Amino acid sequence: MIDAITAALLIIGAFFMFVAGLGILRMPDIFLRMSCSTKAATIGFGTLLLALALYFRDTGVVTRSLATIAFVFATAPVASHRIGRVSYLVGVYLWGKTIRDELKNVYPPDACVPFGEVCAAPGSRSGKNISTD
Amino acid sequence: MMLHAVIYLIVLPLLSLTLILGFIRLLIGPTLPDRIIAFDLIAAASAGIIVVVAIASNHSVLLDAASVWAIVSFLSVIGFAYYIEKWRGRP
Repeated sequence: MIDAITAALLIIGAFFMFVAGLGILRMPDIFLRMSCSTKAATIGFGTLLLALALYFRDTGVVTRSLATIAFVFATAPVASHRIGRVSYLVGVYLWGKTIRDELKNVYPPDACVPFGEVCAAPGSRSGKNISTD
Repeated sequence: MMLHAVIYLIVLPLLSLTLILGFIRLLIGPTLPDRIIAFDLIAAASAGIIVVVAIASNHSVLLDAASVWAIVSFLSVIGFAYYIEKWRGRP
C-alpha cells in the first residue's frame, strides 16, 4: 500500500518535472518560460522528496526531506524574481501578444542597457529579438 | 518489484527527457537569462534524479547530496543575476 502511494507520488513528481521541461522549451517568452519552469519544477521536486520521506519513514530522513522542501519552496521564488527583474532591466524582448506591462514607465529610459545592441527604451519594446549572436 | 519497475520505466525516463529539453533550451536560448533559467531547470531535474536514485538504491544518504545540490543551484542563479545586473551598466 505504501509502495503504491510512493509510486504514485514519484509519477506525479516526474510528470510535473516533464511539464516544466516542456514549458521551458515551448513557451514564447522568457517570463512565461520562467513561471512555467519555476512553479512546475518546484512542485515536482517537492513531490519527489515527499515520496522519499514516505519510502524510508525514518526520523532523520523525514526531517531532512521536509527541511529541503521548505528550503526549495522558500528560495525558488527568490531566484525567479531576481532573474525576471534582471532580464527586464537588460531589455529582453516581450512576447508580441503581451497585453499588460506593469513595469512600463517605472524605470527611467536609460536604465535599460541590453547585451550589445542599441536598446529600445523600456516603454517602447518591439517584439524583436535583441540578441546578436 | 513494482516500485523499481515504476522508477526504471516511467520516472527516470521522464526526468531524463526533462534534462534533454532543458539542454535544448540551453543551446538555443536567445539571451543569457534564457540560458540561466534552463540551467536552473537542469539543476532541479538532476536533484530529482538524485532523489529517485536514492529510492531505487535504498541509500538514504543521497538525500544530503540532493539538498546540497539544491542549495548550490540557488546560489549560482543568484550570483548570475547579480553579475548580469552589474554588467549591464557597461557601455
